[in-house]
Amino acid sequence: MKLELSRVVQGGSRLGVLKGLGRTGQHSLDVPGCLLYTRCGSAPHLTQDTLHTLSTLPSVTQVTLSTIAEHQEVLEECKDGFKKFAGLHETVLYCSLHDPAAPCPTGHTTNKTVSVWGSGGRIELSVAKFMALQRAVRPDWYQSMADGETWQENTSRKRVRKSVDRTLAHLDECLLVHHNTQELEGVEVFGVVEGGDILEERVRSARETAKRPVSGFCLDGLQTGSMNQSLRTQLITAVTQELPEDKPRLLQGVGRPDEVLACVEAGVDLFESFFPFQVTERGCALCFSLDVSPDPELAVLRDDEERDTAGETQENGDLNHSDQTQMTSFEIDLNEKRYHDDFRPLVEGCGCYCCRNHQRAYLHHLLVTNELLAGVLLMIHNAAHYHAFFAALREALADGKLDLLKRRLLGERRAETGTKD
Amino acid sequence: MQNTTAPIGQTNCQLQVHDVTFSSNMAAAVQSGVNAETLVNNMSVKKALAAVPPLTLQIVAECPVTKARACDLILPHSAVSTPVFMPVGTQGTMKGITVDQLEGLGCQICLGNTYHLGMRPGPELIEKANGLHGFMNWKRNLLTDSGGFQMVSLVELSEVTEEGVKFKSPYDGKEILLSPEKSISIQNSLGSDIMMQLDDVVSSTVTGPRVEEAMHRSIRWLDRCITANKNPHKQNLFAIIQGGLNAELRKACLHEMTKRNVPGFAIGGLSGGEEKDDFWRMVTLSTDYLPPEKPRYLMGVGYAVDLVVCVALGCDMFDCVFPTRTARFGSALVPWGSLQVKQKQYAKDMQPIDPDCQCATCKRHSRAYLHALFKSDTAAMHHITVHNIAYQLTLMCSVRQSIVEGRFPEFIRTFMKRLFPSPDQYPSWAVDALASVNVTLE
Repeated sequence: MKLELSRVVQGGSRLGVLKGLGRTGQHSLDVPGCLLYTRCGSAPHLTQDTLHTLSTLPSVTQVTLSTIAEHQEVLEECKDGFKKFAGLHETVLYCSLHDPAAPCPTGHTTNKTVSVWGSGGRIELSVAKFMALQRAVRPDWYQSMADGETWQENTSRKRVRKSVDRTLAHLDECLLVHHNTQELEGVEVFGVVEGGDILEERVRSARETAKRPVSGFCLDGLQTGSMNQSLRTQLITAVTQELPEDKPRLLQGVGRPDEVLACVEAGVDLFESFFPFQVTERGCALCFSLDVSPDPELAVLRDDEERDTAGETQENGDLNHSDQTQMTSFEIDLNEKRYHDDFRPLVEGCGCYCCRNHQRAYLHHLLVTNELLAGVLLMIHNAAHYHAFFAALREALADGKLDLLKRRLLGERRAETGTKD
Repeated sequence: MQNTTAPIGQTNCQLQVHDVTFSSNMAAAVQSGVNAETLVNNMSVKKALAAVPPLTLQIVAECPVTKARACDLILPHSAVSTPVFMPVGTQGTMKGITVDQLEGLGCQICLGNTYHLGMRPGPELIEKANGLHGFMNWKRNLLTDSGGFQMVSLVELSEVTEEGVKFKSPYDGKEILLSPEKSISIQNSLGSDIMMQLDDVVSSTVTGPRVEEAMHRSIRWLDRCITANKNPHKQNLFAIIQGGLNAELRKACLHEMTKRNVPGFAIGGLSGGEEKDDFWRMVTLSTDYLPPEKPRYLMGVGYAVDLVVCVALGCDMFDCVFPTRTARFGSALVPWGSLQVKQKQYAKDMQPIDPDCQCATCKRHSRAYLHALFKSDTAAMHHITVHNIAYQLTLMCSVRQSIVEGRFPEFIRTFMKRLFPSPDQYPSWAVDALASVNVTLE
């Protein structure tokens, strides 16, 4: 893969294209961008027909060992890798370790192993097993095995240091096996930067990881709920200073639009798109404006209009670290009674299948009656809106309007919480 | 009248109807450049529209051996090829499937339920949304059940009087009375193309005077429903023949109900756990006495064997929750029975569910993948739902095709052979039923 940057803001955001993806190298991904989040190769709730109502799909599909480790035997027998197994054509496959939407229990990581949780329970992975899985999965690129169990409050400095050391050791071992595995020829590896919330450890991890022959970097242990955005920004800024400019940076576990924007400003290129799924699961629809109005006053007025229809004030998680299921101010809650006779689309002007064909009242009905179609339609809309957000983000970067977009997004928050930014 | 034929093996029987007065009137007018709005305001066109019944049945072919027919059923939203299986979308949605997917599968008519939709979201809201068609954005035909069946399925919560059925809502404990008038009123608000009368439904396993009482009451309720129908020009009210498993009662009901000028008849009170030997006898008795020029709708039938046999006995329309419900449990319907995808034996099976099936699921996915997906995501259910609907619709398409081509008895024999490992496994009731219409199986 090759990262072609067209615009770099000093010590901060980058705009460009990640090219040469996939075995034949013909795929590319605009940056900043997101991957297509899947569970066992399927975008949640969606079959091929419904998935392809989305006009712009990320060219890279993400699958996690959380959802496929338990199928190792089948994959090995299948011999042709996960893409073939899952019927994924014409896409680049990225394999990560943990499912970002399913936080896993802690306390099971050792010096030599990490664990993932499948439908049947815990699966322990040594580097050998991890690499055997990669060989069976045959992704186009994967993250190396990592110990990122530092997101809990009050993780000791000692524990953080251990996570950095272990992750580096795992990386070295993985790379060794990688280069001796024929099936993984042409497959790219991302190193994982750890370090919890300790600046020195973050810098150490970044420096050391950058010395290894990896194609890019995952930033781990910074997920939503583990720390507030200003600390996250501080740590990422320090980390990216140690990383080569020409290799992509993928941030794990962060998906909220305001956090994404701040992290882009700190130098992140790629994100996982699990956030629209989480919004879907709580029966909500993303509705934040993507319009970068030249007049911020006008923009605020429009915001207020929308807010009349938006949900009740929600604290945006700064004070509530652990609950990723809590609703944000970027969404409306279709469960609310007020929508039962609201015949507007979820978002006026949204071109997605759901907004072109259905109304809020119908979605409300589907949620009240516990119907499966609610998940399908909301997933379509939320994914479409999220992808549009990234497109707007890139456009704002290209036009030098990132500040305006930021003010729009934070404006949504500010008016809700009544706090100064 | 043009014979409608579809190439053999085609999954979606695309119906081309060339003899529809209504649409050719409109088409001709639009072609000659008349503004659509002007058209509707035009009195002579209005008269023409009112004169066209909301249902026309054209018999395309009749099987010379059995009582089967292949027909074109012209309804307000589109034409339907019969015999037809109608998937059930109880609460204004086919579970997990978009209307586009349903349309893409070739479905021309599906069901909604008056009791459920009457409770949530309620008829006033649906009327505001332009009827159930508008609310769920389904452009083809809808049939609504009256709420009668819930009397049986939710019997703990109901009480029947001459007035109607009193239900205790499971959601808020409120008591509601579903009378013939109320049921029709709700169905008028829903705007379905076919409405069912409210009938006094008794479980088919019940015997004694209650059955006769229910039969007579159903006739009285039919008359009340006919009177209550506000939209006879747009919505077709079907009668439902009752009488349990008693031939005399059935005949009495048929005799009376066929006197009423309704556009179609359903055979009700069956498919509820009764002996299959009794079941088929009541079906064939009913079709013997029902007028051939009106459609026959056998309610609650959806198993493949039952469908094929009852087509042979003269039924045109069927509905059942079974194919879509069983899909959500991982059970995929195939010509040789069914496949429980969640079972361990399929974990490494790289074939599609049915190698001959043309549905989106079978064209892309293997049993092994679906088996794995069931552990992770709801999409697995949707894949099987799509397949099962495709299976049902393809089956009916093939049945129709064989009737049109005059080889239905042959089709039946091949079908049974495929479905059952050996002739001694053929269900005896099916053998008897088919024999009664001159089809002998091995």
